[in-house]
Amino acid sequence: MNNRLINWFKFASPQSFYPLAGRMIPWFWALTAAFGVAGLWISFFVAPTDAQQGEGYRIIFIHVPASWMSMFIYCIMAGWAGLGLVFNTRLSGMMASALAPTGALMAFLSLWTGALWGKPMWGAWWVWDARLTSELILFFLYIGFIALQAAIDDPRRADKAGAILALVGVVNVPIIYFSVKWWNTLHQGSTINLTKAPSMAQTMLWGMLLMALCFWMYSIAVALMRARAIILERETHTEWVKQLDEVKS
Amino acid sequence: MNSLLAVIRRDLLLAMRRKSEVLTALFFFMIVVSLFPLGIGPEPALLRKIAPGVLWVAALLATMLGLQRMFAPDHADGTLEQMALSPTPMGLLVGGKIAAHWLVSGLPLVLLAPVLGLQFDLDAGALGVLVVALLIGTPLLSLIGAIGAALTLGVRGGGVLLSVLVLPLYVPALIFGAGAVEAHISGLGAGGHLSLLAALLALAVFFAPWATTAALRIALE
Repeated sequence: MNNRLINWFKFASPQSFYPLAGRMIPWFWALTAAFGVAGLWISFFVAPTDAQQGEGYRIIFIHVPASWMSMFIYCIMAGWAGLGLVFNTRLSGMMASALAPTGALMAFLSLWTGALWGKPMWGAWWVWDARLTSELILFFLYIGFIALQAAIDDPRRADKAGAILALVGVVNVPIIYFSVKWWNTLHQGSTINLTKAPSMAQTMLWGMLLMALCFWMYSIAVALMRARAIILERETHTEWVKQLDEVKS
Repeated sequence: MNSLLAVIRRDLLLAMRRKSEVLTALFFFMIVVSLFPLGIGPEPALLRKIAPGVLWVAALLATMLGLQRMFAPDHADGTLEQMALSPTPMGLLVGGKIAAHWLVSGLPLVLLAPVLGLQFDLDAGALGVLVVALLIGTPLLSLIGAIGAALTLGVRGGGVLLSVLVLPLYVPALIFGAGAVEAHISGLGAGGHLSLLAALLALAVFFAPWATTAALRIALE
């Protein structure tokens, strides 16, 4: 038991995590490229043209994975934040702050592609639909997290304060989602129903899954790279950073 | 329990000695609400329709104004550290401070809202629902705001940052609070909205003082 614990926590130290992340990053980039090429090929050349929506529907191959990732990254971020509060490990906070910009980017991409998709399909750039609105609020939550961490000078305090905010946020995300949903249904008879999408062709589903995997690998690779940068920034005073080849040169 | 009452009493005394701050937030509320008819136009039907939303948004903003004062003066003069060191659980003392904040900045809004609602041509039933919704909702605003206030304690640009952190979290309160009045006006009955608002309040009463205390301890480290 004791032995296992030590193994688990080995990579919780920035010193041993830094080279591990460095070794993993190329693999994740390679997977990103592989899934991306396959996913884009399927989504542009293999997937059939949609009977109702024409070619414009193909933007969902970016839109849906981006929305998934934006929600999922927030949960992961809150998970790391919680771990950081419980075990008081420095790396957890670094991972949480490394994930936040990617999550915000995904939320923004999801809103942006949603607008591009909405204009030809619904005839409006923006509809106060439950999903759109809660995605927008999720984006605001990311911005709040990043702004709070940027405003606090002491990195340890920034990590912990951000952790509490992320945990409060993760409790609130479902509440916000459902409140917006009920608000939407009570205010205006929902004009467009997204949930009753016509059943998807098998190839479309494959394209979407491959693109989702591509986004996953991309997020992991970028988060690891950002975590490495944060480690270097915060640990500049230590001896092991000074010994690194990339720092010495 | 005694210490809880002592904290509330102390904060209320402090607020009463500096009345201008409390009154400024109240006048802010009144001014913001009065701006909307000027901007939109005085047709009673339109005003009746926007009244719940306008009053609620103004209440959110007015609550925000007082949030920074909840902990900052105590942090500056060291009272907060004494509270953290005292044998009484800090969550209880924080709860007292939140309650005092509500009494000072939330309750006056509740009492003032029906008067402003008259300007928007709301009938007596709608005004009643508005008061009840605000009565349940404003403590919720104080509770959620306290977390933000504690997180931004002594941080650069705290005021604006506080709004960015807290306003997205206010969305459910706004939706159910304003929705209750709207549902009443449209004849659906406000019960469901008010129950949900009360459920959120129950959740926040339990969790918010706890999260606020954790945030304060980080700020005091």
